[in-house]
Amino acid sequence: MKPAPFAYARAATLEEAFGLLAEHGDDARILAGGQSLMATLNMRLSAPEILIDINGIDGLAGITDDGDSLRIGAMTRHADVEESDLVAMHAPMISMAMQHIAHPAIRNRGTVGGSIAFADPAAELPACAVALGATMTIAGTDGERTVAAEDFFHGLYETAVGPGEILTAITIPKISGNWKSGFLELARRHGDYAIIGLCAHAEIDGGTFGDARLVFFGAGDRPVSATQTAPLLKGKTWSGDLADRIAEALKEELDPPEDLNADGPMRRHLAGVLVRRTLGPMAGQGE
Amino acid sequence: MDKNIDVTMTVNGETVTRQVEARTNLVDFLRYELGLTGSHVGCEHGFCGACTVRVDGRIVRGCLMVAAQADGADVWTIEGVTDTGEIRALQDAFVERNALQCGFCTPGMLMTLAELMERRPDADREEIREFISGNFCRCTGYQAIVDAVEMARGKAGAAS
Repeated sequence: MKPAPFAYARAATLEEAFGLLAEHGDDARILAGGQSLMATLNMRLSAPEILIDINGIDGLAGITDDGDSLRIGAMTRHADVEESDLVAMHAPMISMAMQHIAHPAIRNRGTVGGSIAFADPAAELPACAVALGATMTIAGTDGERTVAAEDFFHGLYETAVGPGEILTAITIPKISGNWKSGFLELARRHGDYAIIGLCAHAEIDGGTFGDARLVFFGAGDRPVSATQTAPLLKGKTWSGDLADRIAEALKEELDPPEDLNADGPMRRHLAGVLVRRTLGPMAGQGE
Repeated sequence: MDKNIDVTMTVNGETVTRQVEARTNLVDFLRYELGLTGSHVGCEHGFCGACTVRVDGRIVRGCLMVAAQADGADVWTIEGVTDTGEIRALQDAFVERNALQCGFCTPGMLMTLAELMERRPDADREEIREFISGNFCRCTGYQAIVDAVEMARGKAGAAS
Protein backbone atom coordinates (compact mmCIF):
# COMPACT_ATOMS: atom_id res chain seq x y z
CA MET A 1 0.00 0.00 0.00
CA LYS A 2 0.93 3.68 -0.17
CA PRO A 3 1.29 5.71 3.01
CA ALA A 4 -1.26 8.33 4.01
CA PRO A 5 -0.09 11.85 3.05
CA PHE A 6 2.40 13.47 5.39
CA ALA A 7 4.67 16.49 5.40
CA TYR A 8 8.42 16.10 5.49
CA ALA A 9 11.05 18.28 7.13
CA ARG A 10 14.80 17.91 7.07
CA ALA A 11 16.40 18.92 10.33
CA ALA A 12 19.91 20.27 9.84
CA THR A 13 20.68 20.38 13.56
CA LEU A 14 19.41 18.72 16.72
CA GLU A 15 18.02 22.08 17.85
CA GLU A 16 15.97 22.29 14.67
CA ALA A 17 14.68 18.75 15.27
CA PHE A 18 13.73 19.63 18.87
CA GLY A 19 11.89 22.71 17.59
CA LEU A 20 9.91 20.63 15.10
CA LEU A 21 9.14 18.04 17.78
CA ALA A 22 7.92 20.78 20.12
CA GLU A 23 5.76 22.25 17.38
CA HIS A 24 4.15 19.03 16.20
CA GLY A 25 4.19 16.83 19.29
CA ASP A 26 2.58 13.43 18.83
CA ASP A 27 1.79 14.21 15.18
CA ALA A 28 5.49 13.98 14.32
CA ARG A 29 7.72 10.96 13.90
CA ILE A 30 11.51 10.97 13.73
CA LEU A 31 12.81 9.44 10.50
CA ALA A 32 16.17 7.74 11.06
CA GLY A 33 16.92 4.75 8.80
CA GLY A 34 13.20 4.32 8.22
CA GLN A 35 13.41 0.55 7.78
CA SER A 36 10.64 -0.11 10.31
CA LEU A 37 8.88 3.26 10.12
CA MET A 38 8.42 3.31 6.34
CA ALA A 39 6.99 -0.21 6.40
CA THR A 40 4.43 0.73 9.06
CA LEU A 41 3.53 3.89 7.12
CA ASN A 42 3.14 1.91 3.88
CA MET A 43 0.81 -0.50 5.66
CA ARG A 44 -0.98 2.49 7.23
CA LEU A 45 -0.42 1.12 10.71
CA SER A 46 0.74 4.63 11.51
CA ALA A 47 -0.19 7.97 9.94
CA PRO A 48 1.86 10.86 11.36
CA GLU A 49 1.31 14.41 10.11
CA ILE A 50 4.99 15.03 9.58
CA LEU A 51 8.27 13.13 9.35
CA ILE A 52 11.32 14.83 10.79
CA ASP A 53 14.32 13.51 8.88
CA ILE A 54 17.45 13.52 11.06
CA ASN A 55 19.74 11.94 8.42
CA GLY A 56 21.28 15.30 7.60
CA ILE A 57 22.38 16.17 11.15
CA ASP A 58 26.15 16.14 11.50
CA GLY A 59 27.78 14.19 14.29
CA LEU A 60 25.07 11.60 14.90
CA ALA A 61 26.84 8.82 12.98
CA GLY A 62 30.13 7.13 13.64
CA ILE A 63 31.94 4.73 15.94
CA THR A 64 34.52 6.16 18.32
CA ASP A 65 36.98 4.59 20.75
CA ASP A 66 36.47 6.27 24.11
CA GLY A 67 39.14 4.34 26.00
CA ASP A 68 37.20 1.86 28.12
CA SER A 69 34.14 2.02 25.94
CA LEU A 70 32.90 2.36 22.37
CA ARG A 71 30.49 5.09 21.42
CA ILE A 72 28.19 4.31 18.52
CA GLY A 73 26.28 7.31 17.19
CA ALA A 74 22.55 6.75 16.83
CA MET A 75 22.61 7.30 13.05
CA THR A 76 25.37 4.76 12.43
CA ARG A 77 24.11 2.31 9.80
CA HIS A 78 24.02 -1.40 10.62
CA ALA A 79 26.30 -2.11 7.64
CA ASP A 80 28.97 0.20 9.03
CA VAL A 81 28.79 -1.54 12.41
CA GLU A 82 28.93 -4.93 10.67
CA GLU A 83 32.18 -3.94 8.92
CA SER A 84 33.75 -2.16 11.90
CA ASP A 85 37.01 -3.62 13.23
CA LEU A 86 36.57 -1.62 16.44
CA VAL A 87 33.22 -3.27 17.09
CA ALA A 88 34.53 -6.74 16.20
CA MET A 89 37.40 -6.31 18.64
CA HIS A 90 35.67 -4.60 21.56
CA ALA A 91 32.01 -5.60 21.29
CA PRO A 92 32.03 -8.92 19.41
CA MET A 93 28.44 -9.67 20.43
CA ILE A 94 27.27 -6.74 18.30
CA SER A 95 29.23 -8.05 15.32
CA MET A 96 27.70 -11.50 15.78
CA ALA A 97 24.21 -9.98 15.94
CA MET A 98 24.56 -7.91 12.76
CA GLN A 99 24.26 -10.71 10.23
CA HIS A 100 20.94 -11.69 11.81
CA ILE A 101 19.42 -8.24 11.35
CA ALA A 102 17.23 -8.41 8.25
CA HIS A 103 19.11 -8.33 4.93
CA PRO A 104 22.03 -6.41 3.36
CA ALA A 105 19.85 -3.75 1.66
CA ILE A 106 18.11 -3.05 4.97
CA ARG A 107 21.36 -3.04 6.96
CA ASN A 108 22.72 -0.45 4.51
CA ARG A 109 20.00 1.93 5.58
CA GLY A 110 18.83 0.91 9.06
CA THR A 111 20.48 2.54 12.05
CA VAL A 112 21.59 1.40 15.48
CA GLY A 113 19.70 4.22 17.20
CA GLY A 114 16.57 3.58 15.20
CA SER A 115 16.53 -0.09 16.16
CA ILE A 116 17.08 0.69 19.84
CA ALA A 117 14.63 3.60 20.02
CA PHE A 118 11.95 1.60 18.18
CA ALA A 119 12.36 -1.11 20.86
CA ASP A 120 10.81 -4.04 19.06
CA PRO A 121 10.95 -6.82 21.68
CA ALA A 122 12.12 -9.32 19.06
CA ALA A 123 14.96 -7.10 17.80
CA GLU A 124 18.59 -7.99 18.38
CA LEU A 125 20.26 -4.74 19.42
CA PRO A 126 18.09 -3.84 22.44
CA ALA A 127 18.93 -7.23 24.00
CA CYS A 128 22.63 -6.82 23.15
CA ALA A 129 22.61 -3.40 24.81
CA VAL A 130 21.16 -4.85 28.02
CA ALA A 131 23.53 -7.84 28.03
CA LEU A 132 26.58 -5.63 27.52
CA GLY A 133 25.56 -3.07 30.14
CA ALA A 134 25.39 -0.28 27.58
CA THR A 135 24.39 3.30 28.31
CA MET A 136 22.02 5.34 26.15
CA THR A 137 22.51 9.05 25.56
CA ILE A 138 19.28 10.97 25.13
CA ALA A 139 19.21 14.61 24.08
CA GLY A 140 16.53 17.24 24.44
CA THR A 141 16.18 20.99 24.75
CA ASP A 142 17.43 20.73 28.36
CA GLY A 143 20.64 19.02 27.28
CA GLU A 144 21.83 15.44 27.44
CA ARG A 145 21.09 12.69 29.92
CA THR A 146 22.16 9.07 30.10
CA VAL A 147 20.10 6.00 30.91
CA ALA A 148 21.39 2.48 31.58
CA ALA A 149 20.18 -0.02 28.98
CA GLU A 150 18.42 -2.11 31.65
CA ASP A 151 16.30 0.94 32.57
CA PHE A 152 15.79 2.11 28.99
CA PHE A 153 13.21 -0.38 27.73
CA HIS A 154 9.85 0.16 29.40
CA GLY A 155 7.64 -2.19 27.40
CA LEU A 156 6.34 -2.92 23.92
CA TYR A 157 7.86 -0.14 21.76
CA GLU A 158 8.16 1.96 24.94
CA THR A 159 11.45 3.48 26.05
CA ALA A 160 12.91 6.11 28.35
CA VAL A 161 13.02 8.59 25.44
CA GLY A 162 10.50 11.25 26.44
CA PRO A 163 8.40 13.64 24.34
CA GLY A 164 10.66 16.06 22.49
CA GLU A 165 13.77 13.95 23.03
CA ILE A 166 16.02 12.03 20.63
CA LEU A 167 18.34 9.09 21.28
CA THR A 168 21.76 10.27 20.08
CA ALA A 169 24.24 7.53 21.00
CA ILE A 170 24.85 4.21 22.70
CA THR A 171 27.99 3.64 24.75
CA ILE A 172 29.20 0.07 25.22
CA PRO A 173 31.87 -0.97 27.73
CA LYS A 174 34.69 -2.78 25.94
CA ILE A 175 34.89 -6.51 26.53
CA SER A 176 37.83 -7.21 28.80
CA GLY A 177 39.54 -9.77 30.99
CA ASN A 178 37.96 -13.19 30.86
CA TRP A 179 34.60 -12.00 29.56
CA LYS A 180 33.24 -13.77 26.51
CA SER A 181 30.19 -13.08 24.38
CA GLY A 182 27.82 -15.38 22.59
CA PHE A 183 24.85 -14.64 20.35
CA LEU A 184 22.30 -16.87 18.69
CA GLU A 185 18.73 -16.64 17.50
CA LEU A 186 16.21 -19.01 16.03
CA ALA A 187 14.06 -17.79 13.14
CA ARG A 188 12.06 -19.63 10.51
CA ARG A 189 13.83 -17.80 7.69
CA HIS A 190 17.13 -15.95 7.67
CA GLY A 191 16.54 -12.26 8.34
CA ASP A 192 13.11 -12.69 9.89
CA TYR A 193 12.51 -11.47 13.40
CA ALA A 194 13.61 -14.15 15.81
CA ILE A 195 11.19 -16.56 17.45
CA ILE A 196 13.56 -16.24 20.37
CA GLY A 197 17.20 -15.24 20.68
CA LEU A 198 19.94 -15.08 23.30
CA CYS A 199 22.66 -12.58 24.09
CA ALA A 200 25.08 -14.22 26.52
CA HIS A 201 27.89 -12.37 28.23
CA ALA A 202 29.94 -14.23 30.81
CA GLU A 203 33.21 -14.30 32.67
CA ILE A 204 34.88 -17.63 31.97
CA ASP A 205 38.21 -18.44 33.60
CA GLY A 206 39.80 -21.68 32.47
CA GLY A 207 36.41 -23.19 31.68
CA THR A 208 34.78 -22.05 34.94
CA PHE A 209 31.96 -19.54 34.78
CA GLY A 210 31.96 -16.40 36.90
CA ASP A 211 29.41 -13.61 36.57
CA ALA A 212 27.06 -14.08 33.63
CA ARG A 213 24.23 -12.31 31.90
CA LEU A 214 21.67 -14.15 29.80
CA VAL A 215 19.39 -11.73 27.98
CA PHE A 216 16.65 -13.05 25.71
CA PHE A 217 14.76 -11.28 22.93
CA GLY A 218 11.42 -12.41 21.57
CA ALA A 219 10.74 -13.57 25.11
CA GLY A 220 8.61 -10.74 26.48
CA ASP A 221 7.55 -7.15 25.86
CA ARG A 222 11.21 -6.00 26.14
CA PRO A 223 14.64 -7.62 26.47
CA VAL A 224 14.37 -10.21 29.23
CA SER A 225 17.38 -10.72 31.48
CA ALA A 226 17.29 -14.12 33.21
CA THR A 227 18.55 -12.78 36.52
CA GLN A 228 17.51 -15.84 38.53
CA THR A 229 19.02 -18.40 36.17
CA ALA A 230 22.31 -16.71 35.23
CA PRO A 231 23.84 -16.93 38.76
CA LEU A 232 23.47 -20.73 38.63
CA LEU A 233 26.45 -20.72 36.26
CA LYS A 234 28.81 -19.18 38.79
CA GLY A 235 31.69 -21.40 39.81
CA LYS A 236 30.60 -24.19 37.45
CA THR A 237 32.24 -25.75 34.43
CA TRP A 238 30.16 -26.59 31.36
CA SER A 239 28.59 -30.04 31.29
CA GLY A 240 25.46 -31.70 30.00
CA ASP A 241 24.18 -31.74 33.55
CA LEU A 242 24.69 -27.99 33.98
CA ALA A 243 22.98 -27.41 30.61
CA ASP A 244 19.97 -29.39 31.82
CA ARG A 245 19.78 -27.40 35.06
CA ILE A 246 20.01 -24.07 33.21
CA ALA A 247 17.33 -25.15 30.72
CA GLU A 248 15.03 -26.22 33.56
CA ALA A 249 15.59 -22.98 35.47
CA LEU A 250 14.76 -20.97 32.34
CA LYS A 251 11.48 -22.83 31.98
CA GLU A 252 10.61 -21.59 35.46
CA GLU A 253 11.87 -18.06 34.98
CA LEU A 254 10.77 -17.14 31.45
CA ASP A 255 7.19 -16.34 30.54
CA PRO A 256 7.38 -15.75 26.78
CA PRO A 257 4.40 -14.67 24.68
CA GLU A 258 2.44 -16.78 22.25
CA ASP A 259 2.08 -15.80 18.61
CA LEU A 260 1.68 -17.40 15.19
CA ASN A 261 5.28 -18.63 15.19
CA ALA A 262 5.40 -20.34 18.55
CA ASP A 263 3.53 -20.78 21.79
CA GLY A 264 4.97 -20.18 25.25
CA PRO A 265 6.13 -23.74 26.00
CA MET A 266 7.91 -23.95 22.63
CA ARG A 267 9.73 -20.69 23.30
CA ARG A 268 10.71 -21.89 26.79
CA HIS A 269 12.06 -25.09 25.24
CA LEU A 270 13.98 -23.13 22.60
CA ALA A 271 15.54 -20.94 25.32
CA GLY A 272 17.22 -24.10 26.61
CA VAL A 273 18.34 -25.01 23.10
CA LEU A 274 19.91 -21.56 22.69
CA VAL A 275 21.73 -21.87 26.01
CA ARG A 276 23.24 -25.23 25.02
CA ARG A 277 24.34 -24.00 21.62
CA THR A 278 25.77 -20.75 22.96
CA LEU A 279 27.32 -21.35 26.38
CA GLY A 280 29.06 -24.65 25.54
CA PRO A 281 31.13 -23.14 22.71
CA MET A 282 31.76 -20.00 24.83
CA ALA A 283 33.30 -22.28 27.46
CA GLY A 284 35.46 -23.88 24.79
CA GLN A 285 33.37 -27.04 24.59
CA GLY A 286 30.69 -28.50 22.36
CA GLU A 287 26.99 -28.17 23.04
CA MET B 1 2.24 22.15 6.16
CA ASP B 2 3.52 21.67 2.67
CA LYS B 3 3.12 18.08 1.60
CA ASN B 4 5.07 18.64 -1.62
CA ILE B 5 8.81 18.90 -1.79
CA ASP B 6 11.47 19.71 -4.39
CA VAL B 7 14.11 17.07 -4.99
CA THR B 8 17.23 17.01 -7.11
CA MET B 9 19.26 13.85 -7.53
CA THR B 10 21.46 12.08 -10.02
CA VAL B 11 19.82 9.02 -11.54
CA ASN B 12 21.96 6.76 -13.72
CA GLY B 13 24.38 9.62 -14.21
CA GLU B 14 21.83 12.30 -15.13
CA THR B 15 20.67 15.09 -12.87
CA VAL B 16 16.90 15.28 -12.39
CA THR B 17 14.79 17.80 -10.49
CA ARG B 18 11.14 17.26 -9.67
CA GLN B 19 8.50 18.36 -7.21
CA VAL B 20 6.95 15.34 -5.52
CA GLU B 21 4.51 14.52 -2.77
CA ALA B 22 6.51 13.96 0.41
CA ARG B 23 5.01 10.50 0.75
CA THR B 24 6.25 9.36 -2.69
CA ASN B 25 8.71 6.56 -2.14
CA LEU B 26 11.88 6.29 -4.17
CA VAL B 27 10.82 3.38 -6.35
CA ASP B 28 7.51 5.04 -7.29
CA PHE B 29 9.44 8.20 -8.07
CA LEU B 30 11.75 6.27 -10.39
CA ARG B 31 8.87 4.45 -12.07
CA TYR B 32 6.21 7.16 -12.39
CA GLU B 33 8.20 10.38 -12.55
CA LEU B 34 11.17 9.11 -14.55
CA GLY B 35 9.61 6.14 -16.38
CA LEU B 36 12.32 3.78 -15.11
CA THR B 37 10.08 0.75 -14.70
CA GLY B 38 12.88 -1.79 -14.36
CA SER B 39 12.74 -1.48 -10.58
CA HIS B 40 9.69 -3.43 -9.51
CA VAL B 41 7.17 -2.92 -6.74
CA GLY B 42 6.26 -6.07 -4.87
CA CYS B 43 5.32 -6.11 -1.21
CA GLU B 44 5.88 -2.41 -0.39
CA HIS B 45 7.05 -3.20 3.11
CA GLY B 46 10.62 -4.26 2.67
CA PHE B 47 10.30 -8.03 2.47
CA CYS B 48 10.54 -9.01 -1.17
CA GLY B 49 13.52 -7.05 -2.51
CA ALA B 50 11.99 -6.43 -5.97
CA CYS B 51 12.50 -2.66 -5.59
CA THR B 52 16.23 -2.86 -4.74
CA VAL B 53 18.19 0.11 -6.16
CA ARG B 54 21.59 1.62 -5.41
CA VAL B 55 21.82 4.89 -3.49
CA ASP B 56 25.23 6.46 -2.89
CA GLY B 57 26.98 3.20 -3.67
CA ARG B 58 24.85 0.89 -1.53
CA ILE B 59 21.72 -1.12 -2.28
CA VAL B 60 18.54 -0.06 -0.51
CA ARG B 61 14.87 -0.91 -0.57
CA GLY B 62 13.23 1.60 -2.92
CA CYS B 63 9.97 1.21 -1.00
CA LEU B 64 11.49 2.03 2.42
CA MET B 65 12.85 5.43 1.52
CA VAL B 66 10.93 8.48 0.40
CA ALA B 67 12.19 10.21 -2.73
CA ALA B 68 12.75 13.36 -0.67
CA GLN B 69 15.46 11.50 1.25
CA ALA B 70 17.38 10.93 -1.98
CA ASP B 71 17.83 14.67 -2.49
CA GLY B 72 21.46 15.12 -3.50
CA ALA B 73 22.02 11.38 -3.80
CA ASP B 74 23.59 9.32 -6.59
CA VAL B 75 20.98 6.75 -7.59
CA TRP B 76 21.50 3.79 -9.93
CA THR B 77 18.83 1.45 -11.24
CA ILE B 78 18.89 -1.71 -13.32
CA GLU B 79 18.59 0.45 -16.47
CA GLY B 80 21.76 2.35 -15.59
CA VAL B 81 23.96 -0.58 -14.64
CA THR B 82 22.77 -2.41 -17.77
CA ASP B 83 23.72 0.52 -20.01
CA THR B 84 27.18 0.87 -18.48
CA GLY B 85 27.84 -2.84 -18.92
CA GLU B 86 28.75 -3.15 -15.25
CA ILE B 87 26.70 -6.29 -14.72
CA ARG B 88 26.98 -7.79 -18.21
CA ALA B 89 28.72 -10.97 -17.01
CA LEU B 90 26.06 -11.53 -14.38
CA GLN B 91 23.24 -10.96 -16.86
CA ASP B 92 24.79 -13.33 -19.40
CA ALA B 93 25.19 -15.95 -16.68
CA PHE B 94 21.52 -15.53 -15.66
CA VAL B 95 20.51 -16.33 -19.25
CA GLU B 96 22.97 -19.19 -19.52
CA ARG B 97 21.94 -20.82 -16.22
CA ASN B 98 18.20 -20.16 -16.58
CA ALA B 99 18.28 -18.11 -13.40
CA LEU B 100 14.91 -16.51 -14.08
CA GLN B 101 11.50 -17.48 -15.31
CA CYS B 102 8.97 -14.67 -14.92
CA GLY B 103 11.71 -12.10 -14.30
CA PHE B 104 9.86 -10.07 -11.71
CA CYS B 105 12.54 -10.48 -9.04
CA THR B 106 15.44 -10.28 -11.49
CA PRO B 107 16.27 -6.54 -11.47
CA GLY B 108 16.35 -6.49 -7.66
CA MET B 109 18.27 -9.75 -7.59
CA LEU B 110 20.87 -8.38 -10.02
CA MET B 111 21.29 -5.13 -8.06
CA THR B 112 21.85 -7.17 -4.90
CA LEU B 113 24.25 -9.58 -6.57
CA ALA B 114 26.24 -6.70 -8.09
CA GLU B 115 26.88 -5.51 -4.53
CA LEU B 116 27.78 -9.05 -3.45
CA MET B 117 30.32 -9.37 -6.29
CA GLU B 118 31.89 -6.09 -5.24
CA ARG B 119 31.86 -6.44 -1.46
CA ARG B 120 32.04 -10.20 -0.94
CA PRO B 121 33.76 -11.49 -4.08
CA ASP B 122 34.80 -14.73 -2.36
CA ALA B 123 31.39 -15.63 -0.91
CA ASP B 124 30.69 -19.36 -0.99
CA ARG B 125 27.30 -20.77 -2.01
CA GLU B 126 25.93 -20.54 1.52
CA GLU B 127 27.06 -16.93 1.84
CA ILE B 128 25.58 -16.05 -1.55
CA ARG B 129 22.23 -17.46 -0.43
CA GLU B 130 22.46 -15.48 2.78
CA PHE B 131 23.20 -12.30 0.85
CA ILE B 132 20.13 -12.75 -1.37
CA SER B 133 17.93 -13.90 1.51
CA GLY B 134 16.08 -10.59 1.26
CA ASN B 135 15.26 -11.07 -2.43
CA PHE B 136 12.37 -13.42 -3.05
CA CYS B 137 12.13 -15.50 -6.22
CA ARG B 138 8.91 -17.45 -6.51
CA CYS B 139 9.71 -19.27 -9.79
CA THR B 140 13.12 -20.88 -10.04
CA GLY B 141 14.20 -21.35 -6.49
CA TYR B 142 17.67 -20.08 -5.83
CA GLN B 143 19.92 -22.88 -7.07
CA ALA B 144 20.22 -21.53 -10.62
CA ILE B 145 20.75 -18.00 -9.34
CA VAL B 146 23.66 -19.12 -7.16
CA ASP B 147 25.01 -21.10 -10.13
CA ALA B 148 24.87 -17.93 -12.22
CA VAL B 149 26.87 -15.99 -9.66
CA GLU B 150 29.56 -18.64 -9.62
CA MET B 151 29.60 -18.70 -13.41
CA ALA B 152 29.85 -14.93 -13.64
CA ARG B 153 32.81 -15.00 -11.29
CA GLY B 154 34.45 -17.52 -13.57
CA LYS B 155 34.51 -20.22 -10.94
CA ALA B 156 34.30 -23.83 -11.88
CA GLY B 157 32.17 -24.67 -8.86
CA ALA B 158 28.79 -24.21 -10.55
CA ALA B 159 26.80 -27.43 -10.69
CA SER B 160 26.33 -28.57 -14.26
